Amino acid sequence: MQSSTATAGVAGVPHRPQVAAHFASLEVQNHAARLGMWLFLATEILLFAGLFVIYANYRFLFPEAFALASRELNLNLGTFNTLLLITSSFTAAMAVHYAKEAKNKQVVVMFVLTILMAMGFLVVKYFEYAHKFHEHQLPGPYYAFPGLTLPGASAYFTIYFLSTGLHAFHVIVGMIVLGWVTLKAMRNEFSAYNYTAVELGSMYWHLVDLVWIFLFPMLYLI
Amino acid sequence: MSPSSSIAAEPGAVPAPDEHHEHHPSYLVDGTTVKSWLLTLDHKRIGVMYLIWVLLFFLIGGIYALIVRLELLTPGPTIIDAMTYNRAFTMHGVVMIFLFMIPAIPGAFGNFMLPLMLGAKDVAFPRLNLLSLYLLLTGAFIAIWGMINGGMDTGWTFYTPYSTHTTTTVAPILFGAFIIGFSSIATGLNFIVTTHTMRAPGITWFKMPLFVWAMYATACIQVLATPVLGLVLLLVVGEHLFHFGIFDPAQGGDPVLFQHLFWFYSHPAVYIMVLPAFGVMSEVVAAFSRKNIFGYRAVAFSSLGIAFVGFFAWGHHMFVSGQSTFNAGVFAVLTMLVGVFTAIKVFNWVGTVYKGAVDFKTPFAYFCGFLYFTVFGGMTGVAFATASLDVPWHDTYFVVAHFHFIMVGATIMAFMAALHYWFPKMFGKMYHEGWGLVSAALIILGFNATFIPQFLLGNAGMPRRYYEYPERFQTLNVASTAGASLLAFGFLISAIYLTYALVYGRRAASNPWRSRGYEWMTESPPPTHNFVGPQPTYSEEPHFYVEPQKAEVPDAV
Amino acid sequence: MNELLNTFLFLPEQASTFAERVDRLHYFVVSVTMLSSLAVGTAAVFFFFRYRKRKPNQTTEYVVPSVKTEFLFVSLPLFFFLTWFVIGFRDFVFVSTPPKDAMDVYVMGKQWMWKFSYPEGPNGVNVLHVPANRPVRLLITSRDVLHSFFVPAFRIKMDAIPGRYTQTWFEATKPGTYQILCTEYCGLSHSKMLGEVVVLAPEEWDAWVKEQRKGALQNRQDALADLSLVPHPARMAEQGQKVAAEVGCFKCHTVNGEPHIGPTFLGLYGRTETLDTGRNIRVDEAWITQSMMDPGAHLVAGYPNVMPTYQGKLTGPQTAAIVEYIKTLRTPDIRTGASQGPTYEPIQ
Repeated sequence: MQSSTATAGVAGVPHRPQVAAHFASLEVQNHAARLGMWLFLATEILLFAGLFVIYANYRFLFPEAFALASRELNLNLGTFNTLLLITSSFTAAMAVHYAKEAKNKQVVVMFVLTILMAMGFLVVKYFEYAHKFHEHQLPGPYYAFPGLTLPGASAYFTIYFLSTGLHAFHVIVGMIVLGWVTLKAMRNEFSAYNYTAVELGSMYWHLVDLVWIFLFPMLYLI
Repeated sequence: MSPSSSIAAEPGAVPAPDEHHEHHPSYLVDGTTVKSWLLTLDHKRIGVMYLIWVLLFFLIGGIYALIVRLELLTPGPTIIDAMTYNRAFTMHGVVMIFLFMIPAIPGAFGNFMLPLMLGAKDVAFPRLNLLSLYLLLTGAFIAIWGMINGGMDTGWTFYTPYSTHTTTTVAPILFGAFIIGFSSIATGLNFIVTTHTMRAPGITWFKMPLFVWAMYATACIQVLATPVLGLVLLLVVGEHLFHFGIFDPAQGGDPVLFQHLFWFYSHPAVYIMVLPAFGVMSEVVAAFSRKNIFGYRAVAFSSLGIAFVGFFAWGHHMFVSGQSTFNAGVFAVLTMLVGVFTAIKVFNWVGTVYKGAVDFKTPFAYFCGFLYFTVFGGMTGVAFATASLDVPWHDTYFVVAHFHFIMVGATIMAFMAALHYWFPKMFGKMYHEGWGLVSAALIILGFNATFIPQFLLGNAGMPRRYYEYPERFQTLNVASTAGASLLAFGFLISAIYLTYALVYGRRAASNPWRSRGYEWMTESPPPTHNFVGPQPTYSEEPHFYVEPQKAEVPDAV
Repeated sequence: MNELLNTFLFLPEQASTFAERVDRLHYFVVSVTMLSSLAVGTAAVFFFFRYRKRKPNQTTEYVVPSVKTEFLFVSLPLFFFLTWFVIGFRDFVFVSTPPKDAMDVYVMGKQWMWKFSYPEGPNGVNVLHVPANRPVRLLITSRDVLHSFFVPAFRIKMDAIPGRYTQTWFEATKPGTYQILCTEYCGLSHSKMLGEVVVLAPEEWDAWVKEQRKGALQNRQDALADLSLVPHPARMAEQGQKVAAEVGCFKCHTVNGEPHIGPTFLGLYGRTETLDTGRNIRVDEAWITQSMMDPGAHLVAGYPNVMPTYQGKLTGPQTAAIVEYIKTLRTPDIRTGASQGPTYEPIQ
């Protein structure tokens, strides 16, 4: 939403974005957009921080159940997903690099790759979820997995579904944002003067990646 | 508006209206269609819309308050049954906090004044600004829909496990509050970016008006604390609908964890409510004693200090929830620091009056009330933070009185002061000064009469959220209800003369207070893009009332 | 002096050792608050008159505080605040550390009554008997939602949290009867969740314990059945249970969740039931009452229309009592299992 101001009235002037009337200059406008994005990312981190605190609290209360429950997750799929996201972050970063050089075609390619990897992530996640549903490793009262009956196991899966669900929601939002920036790149809009939208979209994607980098060890490894 | 305004003589206050003036109508008349208001990106119109809505929410919350006070007139049932009463006090809290206190000053006056005070044409993200208003309204309507269709009886703190088990309609109200949280984040984010990037040339960080500093500190809290509340509210809604058991002890959940997460937001939220009030009062006291603020940097930094320390004081809400004694000690000391920062502000405000030229107008009357309420309310807060005094006082009427002294005594006094101080700025009309002073006196007296008895009730041991109470508490409750009627009467008078002034009031001069705050350096009401002709220059700090020849002399430090 | 300040501040009488300590701090804090409010107020009022505006557009001197002044502004409040903290925290440690020789009483809050049990001795509902001049440790928990145990005369308070035990202690100094209030909002009858602490002189205490031990079992049941001690809604519910048994509700309705000839009472209130007409209703007081008076009017699907009408067989209060009783059987709020959280071992 911040980047929308950065490209006001862009249709007629593809390479030189217009400065919105209330900004002193383009630099100020881009600085504002970037600062706004950083703050927005801070709120996102705080949002997930709440979940981390909840996890820490219950891990402390039910250490054994949590250790055993985390073994129930598929480490291979989790690792695969992690690699997928890190790679997608790399392609997103490359997109910024190409946008600065006004290579809009490469920007499109990079973002399409990123979005494809995001889809791959979600597909893998779908199989993981399906398996959990099949095994009745579900949140709270819906938990009915005979293999692990320690108190606290249901809390683990509540947290698992909450945090990965919230993260998956962010992945979907990120895909929409990147898709929108890709459309702009297809219209040849980006150049050394105008790459804020690519940069912000890519920043958001890095956040999605970063959150997963914390979620992965928290849920799968420890 | 009139070019013959005598105030133009004030040096540096208002740039002389140039010949193009007629082509730049004020923001109020520049576009008169409904659409030009509802879809405006002008921060001033958004501010005015905020003002209208928060006043409406204040009215709703006030009606709930009167219902609660009337019910407490007698020890037994008076006008409503227990269930209705429990819903009424919950709704009073929810409406007042989420729909009035949090958006009121930042939404209405922050939006309007912040760009003016920074010499900017608008906030950094005008569309986000409009979005934040509509997010607030969406959340508000979902919550109000929930109140009409059942209401909620948990108290505004939504403590689990009661809130996840009650049969009342928790979900829509909490979801409404969740959306309102996004509105708050959007406003905060916008203000931070605006302060960083939109300052006019000449306005350095230490020449920013103190209202801007206060809004900046507030915005930091809004951005950093609100997401946690959002998460917690979602979890409670989830618990209520699906019984996940995160906070439910029957399923191994931890209800105290909810309190930690809740207060991690809601304690800083107190400063979201009160820091803007401090900012308003810094402006008012400087403008009406015609003096630069005493200890500018101390006041500015204490706002940031409160914002920072406020994040680490939440545990003082849980001294009797079984947290460890060590925790209690740490939270107690950190809470004391908030008291110290507030004390710095209070002393500096009084210091500002020293050697000033006091013009005792309505906003200044509210400042007097504010000063007393802040000292008393703040000191009782520090008394709570001793931990041992919290034990008998916790969740009694003493707490109720304490936070009303801050919430009403500081924030609403500041809201009223801001409304009067900036009324000519926003609407170009003047209210009746005599009625202004009368209603200020009534509000301050009525407020004292309402809440001083509640302090004593708390001492006597009456718990809060009581529908019926033992008979020995009746005298003080009657006194409190009587005070509340006086308070309501005071607000009623204000509503009448301000509405009257809006329609029939005499046209105000561009700078009726002859204030040298930055926001007065443009026309009143300002034109759509705030400034006509060349940007004003900000050579002096705000509220600089020194004689020009003396101004050359370096200051006293 | 103490008495005078007590009256002036509307404080209840001091009946525990902690009350005396905490009140001393209270007087100190209140006097400093009053004096400083007065000082700030007087300074402000003096300034308003001394420095009133004398001409329009008046200019003023540029005054900024020296570092010394700012230091004073910081250190003066900090000094008082820290002094209060030291005193207050000392007292807080005092009230959070029960002495080793304290006598244990288990306290359980439930909507909306207090239950007390002594490790060896009897149980009590809403009345807690304790000896004077002897430390008593309370181990507090809750069966449903949060409650908070508050005795104004002792100045003590501690939340009752389901699933875990919290503790506090007191040493009563005077024999007498003192009120217990619930200070954590716990639902409809929060304000009726009252109880009493009866402080007995040592010899009376011994006699009371002996009396209780004599027929511990008998007395325990008496205490539970002593309806005069139970607050109003709870009393109604218990009466409702009795009435329901007398008129034979339980022949067809269970309270353990199993369907019988009629739907179970457990969790009935607030549940959404499908009627034989296919309509969904949410069970409320009105529906329960109507089903007693005219059972066929809104029959729950799947059950035969065999219930006789109780029109004229039940009085108004009896009907209300049964409704209250059914309301207490709401599943989410009442759990039958024991708390699974951490438990405290009694000290010694």
